[in-house]
Amino acid sequence: MEYFVQQLINGITLGSIYGLIAIGYTMVYGIIGMINFAHGDIFMVGAFLALIAFLVLVAIGVSAVPLALFIVLLVSMALTALYGWTVERIAYRPLRHSFRLAPLISAIGMSIVLQNYVQVAQGARVKPLPPLIQGGYTLFEGNGFAVRLSNIQIIVVVTTLVLMAGFSFLVARTRLGRNMRACEQDLKMAALVGIDVDRTISLTFVLGAALAAVAGLMFLLYYGVVDFFIGFLAGVKAFTAAVLGGIGSLPGAMLGGILIGLIETMWSAYFSIEYKDVAAFSILIIVLIFLPTGILGRPEVEKV
Amino acid sequence: MSRESEPAKKRPPHPTLPRLRGRVGWGPLKEAAIAALVALGLFVLMIGVRTDQGPTGALVITTRFELLAKIVAAVFVGRLLWALTRRQANVSIGDLVPASVKAAASGVAVYAAAAFLVFALIVPIVFYTNRYLLDLAILIVTYTMLGFGLNIVVGLAGLLDLGYVAFYAVGAYSYALIAQYFGLSFWICLPLAGIFAAFAGLLLGFPVLRLRGDYLAIVTLGFGEIIRLILLNWQNLTGGPNGISGIARPSFFGLPFNSTDNGFAATFGLQYSPTHRVVFLYYLILALALVTNWVTLRLRRLPIGRAWEALREDEVACRALGINTTNTKLTAFAMGAMFGGFAGAFFATRQGFISPESFTFGESALVLAIVVLGGMGSQLGVAVAATVMLGGFELFREFEQYRMLVFGAAMVAIVIYRPRGLVATRTPSVFLHEGKDIPAAIVRDARAETPT
Repeated sequence: MEYFVQQLINGITLGSIYGLIAIGYTMVYGIIGMINFAHGDIFMVGAFLALIAFLVLVAIGVSAVPLALFIVLLVSMALTALYGWTVERIAYRPLRHSFRLAPLISAIGMSIVLQNYVQVAQGARVKPLPPLIQGGYTLFEGNGFAVRLSNIQIIVVVTTLVLMAGFSFLVARTRLGRNMRACEQDLKMAALVGIDVDRTISLTFVLGAALAAVAGLMFLLYYGVVDFFIGFLAGVKAFTAAVLGGIGSLPGAMLGGILIGLIETMWSAYFSIEYKDVAAFSILIIVLIFLPTGILGRPEVEKV
Repeated sequence: MSRESEPAKKRPPHPTLPRLRGRVGWGPLKEAAIAALVALGLFVLMIGVRTDQGPTGALVITTRFELLAKIVAAVFVGRLLWALTRRQANVSIGDLVPASVKAAASGVAVYAAAAFLVFALIVPIVFYTNRYLLDLAILIVTYTMLGFGLNIVVGLAGLLDLGYVAFYAVGAYSYALIAQYFGLSFWICLPLAGIFAAFAGLLLGFPVLRLRGDYLAIVTLGFGEIIRLILLNWQNLTGGPNGISGIARPSFFGLPFNSTDNGFAATFGLQYSPTHRVVFLYYLILALALVTNWVTLRLRRLPIGRAWEALREDEVACRALGINTTNTKLTAFAMGAMFGGFAGAFFATRQGFISPESFTFGESALVLAIVVLGGMGSQLGVAVAATVMLGGFELFREFEQYRMLVFGAAMVAIVIYRPRGLVATRTPSVFLHEGKDIPAAIVRDARAETPT
């Protein structure tokens, strides 16, 4: 029981990170119907930018951790958003009217570019960071097993909840959100009623990348280590989360993220840790075959 | 940055003054400045600062602002030149080539293929003494064969397969395991490896039949990774990360390549040389690749091949015409997988050692890039692309860390500027050239039967 609760906590934390990345997939898919294969690598870039920004801050003498983390969050969100914008501008926008598989091939190329760019710029070795946020609470003990909730887990989950709330507000209530929903329903019609479609799509990529940057920072804080290859697996799992929750659906992405996080932790805890990635990939295949619209996604409903 | 932000478009033109074409204002400079600013934002942390592990294990940073400044300046100048040339002469590269040259080039393509083939045949004779080049040639032909195999799935049937390496792996491991446990020879194992891989193709094909383009791509990616993870973790059978070593080498129809009395050299009265085996391997993979090519060319003329091409162009229309899309997709997967399996068996016998390391997503991406760069569906294109790419990798060996970067960027550029391939284009083998009129009576009947 105690072991189970502990795995539940770990799973939800991991799932929050997946959920944040999944939002980027689900929004882009909702609007232009393409899988942004490079999104996982955008997340990786975000994690690296956060790491470098933090080291620079330490070097110039900002030593208060909360302040530093706040600045790191802003810098990394802004710069990663710029990456998201650039990728869309260079690799996807010219292909808007190309053949069916063109954007996906371009996205794979972009993913290779981003991975190797980071490898060339920062080296192939893993980058460790000492734990910045320590401490936590022991919730309860029993059978010689203490269930712990660490501060970093609280931060990850709370940040995710706040961002989700803010983002849902943005999509539901603001002008940009309305434009996004319109583009999602019908690009041509949206353009006819005066929505700047290109701008809306760009902003979608920017927002998705900014959320991926937050996920990157959380990943960095939670695991304390990044390398140039983390984007691939995290990307596939987040995509699985988006599909599981119902691609195009915002709450679905979050729900799917948490489910994938839980499945992965539970699988590692109770079955075998070697096959945890096999579990994630199998879920992806099973969901796509038997439940292609996901849990919350319905065809022809409000999707962003 | 955006092409739409020309100043003349933002300001409505004066009604009496026609806008001068080709006028160069501040526009290009502004665009270049914006591009430089974006580049600065992108690269300031990632390139301007380098993180490395210091002596204590903690990360230390070093700044590289000079490099950063150079890159930003290069982006500025490049963008400026781009904007200026685009404005002055609004032509694409294709327009610069005169029509007569283009016509001649298409005629040359037939001879180019023949010349390429002749060259491929005489490589071991010309470079007999150069072991390094022979090995490179074997590598190139192996990837050409993989490209041919994937071309059936991606180029002909239009099903984007991101897990093609799984079939390569299945072929390699089937050969290695059968040869090891049952002691069968290469020539018996080769078809078996192909059959196993084809079954793997069917296994993948069945569940993904209903999926559309990019979902299918992701599922094949997942399948490829599952196969790799199983190979990595099923220690009892596959040896896990240590792989399988000591795989049986191929023999010349029963004659082993060694210096014994009943070896290949002694039987034919030749001086023993290890190069014999390399040359044999080269001709073996060349023959396999040519068989793949020949089968593909023949299949393309059969109904199934035409169905593949129809499927690529439009799946809905395909179904409306009564083509069984299920069988069409499954045969494409199985065919492509089978040739991947052959290539895998060859890989295993050549290396003598295989491990899951050789079957990562990167390999799938490389083969896919060869197909995309060569022009999806074009056989000559695949061969040329494999030669250029792998030859280029070797040529620029000292820039090894940049090669994947360049090839990812090339993939993006090709899809944008030459979506049907850099080397050649492949349109459907059969085309209905004349439009046919449908009598009004038939149309009316069809309408009447349609439930509303």
